[in-house]
Amino acid sequence: MSVLVLIEHDNQSLKLSSLNTITAAKKIDKSVHAIILGENCSKVAEELSKCQDIEEIFISENNIYKNHIAENIAPTIVELANKYSHILAPSSTFGKNIMPRIAALLDVAQISDIISVENNDTFIRPIYAGNANLKVQSKDSKKIITVRTTNFEASKLDGGNTKITKIENKKDAGLSKFLKNELNKSDRPELTSAGIIISGGRGMESGKNFNLLEEVADKLKAAVGASRAAVDAGFVPNDYQVGQTGKVVAPELYIAVGISGAIQHLAGMKDSKIIVAINKDEEAPIFQVADYGIVGDLFKILPELSKELDKIKS
Amino acid sequence: MKILVPVKRVVDYNVKIKVKSDNSNVDLENVKMSMNPFDEIAVEEAVRLKEKKLCNEIIAITIGSAKSEETLRTALAIGADKGILVETEEEVQPLEVAKILREIIKKNNPDLVLMGKQAIDDDSNQTGQMLSALLEWPQGTFASKLEINGKKLNVTREIDGGLETLEMAIPAIITTDLRLNEPRYASLPNIMKAKQKPIEKITPKDLNIEIKQRLKTLEVKEPPKKQAGIKIDSVQELVKKLHDEEKVI
Repeated sequence: MSVLVLIEHDNQSLKLSSLNTITAAKKIDKSVHAIILGENCSKVAEELSKCQDIEEIFISENNIYKNHIAENIAPTIVELANKYSHILAPSSTFGKNIMPRIAALLDVAQISDIISVENNDTFIRPIYAGNANLKVQSKDSKKIITVRTTNFEASKLDGGNTKITKIENKKDAGLSKFLKNELNKSDRPELTSAGIIISGGRGMESGKNFNLLEEVADKLKAAVGASRAAVDAGFVPNDYQVGQTGKVVAPELYIAVGISGAIQHLAGMKDSKIIVAINKDEEAPIFQVADYGIVGDLFKILPELSKELDKIKS
Repeated sequence: MKILVPVKRVVDYNVKIKVKSDNSNVDLENVKMSMNPFDEIAVEEAVRLKEKKLCNEIIAITIGSAKSEETLRTALAIGADKGILVETEEEVQPLEVAKILREIIKKNNPDLVLMGKQAIDDDSNQTGQMLSALLEWPQGTFASKLEINGKKLNVTREIDGGLETLEMAIPAIITTDLRLNEPRYASLPNIMKAKQKPIEKITPKDLNIEIKQRLKTLEVKEPPKKQAGIKIDSVQELVKKLHDEEKVI
């Protein structure tokens, strides 16, 4: 039986998380299908049709799917489920919200946040905020899975012309109504897909001082993140948060500035390829995971870093 | 309004857990246990609704060993009115937790279930969504704000990239995110009072629920340790390393 991937998108374009999830699906079975539920989202299907790892794309366009209401999406997926051995989605807030609802309707367990596929019924997933890895075997006939996207490469959109099939709409479950969203707009890359991230912690002392990070971020084309301590102190909004209770990231380069390195923060960034820590306290736990550390005053170091970056660019 | 708050006894969030040497599981011998922090937020929210006279009864429920009674007492000390302990020594996984809660809900008819979005031991983040599916109730997950207008709820949710607000009618399931509130500390008089509050004890069998181990633990390992790196004296040297050697900038 094939594997089905529930595609995350914003009705305009694919989210990168979907492409990471496709790679995870491909490790389970070579036959992978995708389902797109949204409103006026045919562009998403066109974009995905270039993915050679997908055999067939199903799309259903209806206002009831526009805002990814779990109560509307879950029954539609359940209806398709008998053709599939596994159903996957990214473990973003999109997937986390919807997938357990699907699992319960199918009367099977969900395997959350997998970081590795061992075989078609055995997976590895982090527990205790990433302080242990659990190898778990599902005994259910069908497996509902969310995927930690940072642990799987993105599948490529490099040719291919996958068949797109329209499927019928379901009725509005009528349980939840979307009122509004407040999305934080920024010209910088998104945290979960950025190649470079620079994050600030309580050591930044104020929200205003994040300007220093932003200056460096713009020179590196980096995303700006924060520790939970900085969010709790009100320096920056919550969606900046990297950590167990925020976003899990794994960029090529992660620069932690004024972040002590609480377990909960490390859980969100320790898989980054190169970690740089800047902190005045040389005993800070962040140095235990950093490849390069500078002990010193971030208010001197950040402007210097900004200047040095100008030099390598010129 | 009657509110049900499921709570779970987990390893205290300050404890650095250790994996057993035979890799069979995490070592929980002599480790400090507490109420799951997200559940504390759920209890706090229920108590605040009661203080605003929007709720007249809070029932806390837990599933676990006899020791889970401590966690119920904590909920009662924060302000829940009564407790239900579904006692079992077995590991109960999210779908079966949801099924037990469904039976409890059928018997107690709450208008609202407030529960943590995930437990910090298995980090599953499933039970609330599963329970709402089983009951065919609306779900407001990862809530950072909850407004009640009669039979309608406005739930502001933490989503990737910002916030989203949904409207739903009660009965509903709400799962709590960190910024919903800051839980209070139970005062000593309230801790003493909590000892007198009623706790009903039942077993999954009383509810005709069979505990299935759908997910089998094969192995628990420590994640690979990252080697501590090197300290660098100057920013110039750092930029040189990142640019010339690592080629990441």
